[in-house]
Amino acid sequence: MKKVIALFALMASSLSFAAGGGIHLDEHKTDLSDTASLQRGAQTFMNYCMGCHSLEHGRFNRIAKDLDIPEELMQENLNFAGKRFGDLMSIAMRTEDSKKWFGATPPDLTLVTRVRGGDGDWLYTYLRSFYEDTSRPYGVNNAAFKDVGMPHVLAGLQGMQKKGCAPVSIGYDSLTGTEIMADSCELAEPKEVLYLAEEGQLSPKEYDNLVYDLVNFLVYMSEPIALERERLGWWVLLFLVIFLVPVYLLNKEYWKDIH
Amino acid sequence: MSNQKNPIMGWIDDRLPVTVTYEKHMSKYYAPKNFNFWYFFGVLSMLMLVNQILTGIWLTMNFTPSADAAFASVEYIMRDVEWGWLLRYLHSTGATFFFIAIYLHMFRAVLYGSYQKPRELIWLFGMGIYLALMAEAFMGYVLPWGQMSYWGAQVIISLFGAIPVIGDDLTTWIRGDFLISGATLNRFFALHVIAVPLVIVALVVLHLLALHEVGSNNPDGVDIKKHKDENGVPLDGVPFHPFYTVHDMVGIVVFLMVFCSVMFFFPMGGGFMLEYANFEPANGLKTPEHIAPVWYFGAFYTILRAIPDKLLGVIAMGAAIAILFVLPWLDKSPVKSIRYKGLISKTLIPVFGVAFAILTWLGTQPSDGYFLGMINNTTLARWLTAFYFGYFLLMPFYTRMEKTKPVPERVTGGH
Repeated sequence: MKKVIALFALMASSLSFAAGGGIHLDEHKTDLSDTASLQRGAQTFMNYCMGCHSLEHGRFNRIAKDLDIPEELMQENLNFAGKRFGDLMSIAMRTEDSKKWFGATPPDLTLVTRVRGGDGDWLYTYLRSFYEDTSRPYGVNNAAFKDVGMPHVLAGLQGMQKKGCAPVSIGYDSLTGTEIMADSCELAEPKEVLYLAEEGQLSPKEYDNLVYDLVNFLVYMSEPIALERERLGWWVLLFLVIFLVPVYLLNKEYWKDIH
Repeated sequence: MSNQKNPIMGWIDDRLPVTVTYEKHMSKYYAPKNFNFWYFFGVLSMLMLVNQILTGIWLTMNFTPSADAAFASVEYIMRDVEWGWLLRYLHSTGATFFFIAIYLHMFRAVLYGSYQKPRELIWLFGMGIYLALMAEAFMGYVLPWGQMSYWGAQVIISLFGAIPVIGDDLTTWIRGDFLISGATLNRFFALHVIAVPLVIVALVVLHLLALHEVGSNNPDGVDIKKHKDENGVPLDGVPFHPFYTVHDMVGIVVFLMVFCSVMFFFPMGGGFMLEYANFEPANGLKTPEHIAPVWYFGAFYTILRAIPDKLLGVIAMGAAIAILFVLPWLDKSPVKSIRYKGLISKTLIPVFGVAFAILTWLGTQPSDGYFLGMINNTTLARWLTAFYFGYFLLMPFYTRMEKTKPVPERVTGGH
């Protein structure tokens, strides 16, 4: 039995490397119990993403119920297309149009975090990896998704990053504790990095938080039952542990005279 | 029981052999008293079969078998159907645990020679179940109509195209179309929910009838029917009910703990039970980067890929499964159990278990990767494929050559 568990652990750990597609992924420490974060994420999604991306397997009323958003508030402030409360969250943009405009139809995002390695890491990295690239139709490229068709919708908030030589942290001074910086192109392994060239409305920290909340919301969307599933799981395991006692004793009682 | 029948049972027994059947298979079926850990996996396979059938029935109530609606209907089950998520996870996790139980059950037979005379038919029925189960799992995986459903089916069905002359027509016949389409999905649905389950259940009945005819083997591989008391009851046997029913209950509860731990806390199984790419709807124009079968087909997929030629690869894969059918006639050892076999068997059997596990693992990995960072996956796959066939093909020789230990008259150990 231990071997089986060890095998699963081994499989899980090696696959997390495979899903990255080569680039380093920043960890998204998903917290589905942080309702405020999920609410903020839903707000960002409805305002910035839903113009092009549907959540076609989810419903407004389910989100409202799970995230403690009153129906009136949801319908007035987050349901811009004026759909019914129980409707699926599809969008009006026609796929043939969007394919013409972006080169590829913007995918439905209900399950995006499951597609991308089963957690929020890829998306959290992706949304923070846009950089200026004038050779692309919308003037941006992405370090996590080369030549992606999507424009940098959140550029007004983040500002614009560029890819090139920039100071990066290489450690901390052991005496003073201050961060030591060095030019990324003059390291033992020279590399180009992303740096903020134009500031946006938010500070880098605020932008990271905004993306964190958005990804948190999309991890929730990929499996709305996740928290309830785990909660129920503990009760089921508790039942099995308690049930094992009489089952074990019954077995022992029957077999005590067999030698 | 038969002496003091109540009148209702008497009435029924005169018309249907209920009591006699119950006694033959439960209360007077004498099983060896020295069953160990390995003997849980038969009943656990049965438990998973029941789980798959029951959850499957309820899943069909909301699943829509059409190319347009299948993917969305699975998400509908996950989100909008009351307890739909639990049914779906029980079914998807159940498939994995069904195979774990079956593989360990089969390995038990290899360890203790349970396929040897007079149990050859039990083994053949069991292999039939295994084959049907592979077909069942393959077609079931197509139903959610995700990218891996589509492309997995594409790869597997195209294998039939390697058969000379009839290959192309055969693949069209299986798909019901010139490419994987809604027609394929619909027929796989029909086969998955009706045809193959009927075959599996029928084979399970035959498997058990054949077992109860000759009696269970045991870790010592000795025949308990040789030593009976004055009533004809084997001295080393205990009635299946109640002794093994209460005993199996312990195994079932412990197994359910592991099963529920995975299902409630890791329902994706790290991408091995529900593959990430399968959360994207099927798209015939976009091939996924890395097409991998679900883990339980890994070993045979590795053998297929290890051979550079497509037709030879298909033949090797078919042979790898087919050779298991003739196992009872490859083992020429005078003893059944690994406990009394010679040094060669004692070494090769566990090594075979490990080799099969590594082959399974390799099937889920890209063929140009490195195993533990040391050896190229394809090179390792070829060595292990050679070992796989060598293990079986040389069995008639080394089992006859090696020096076996004397088998005791009565079972050892026990409880």
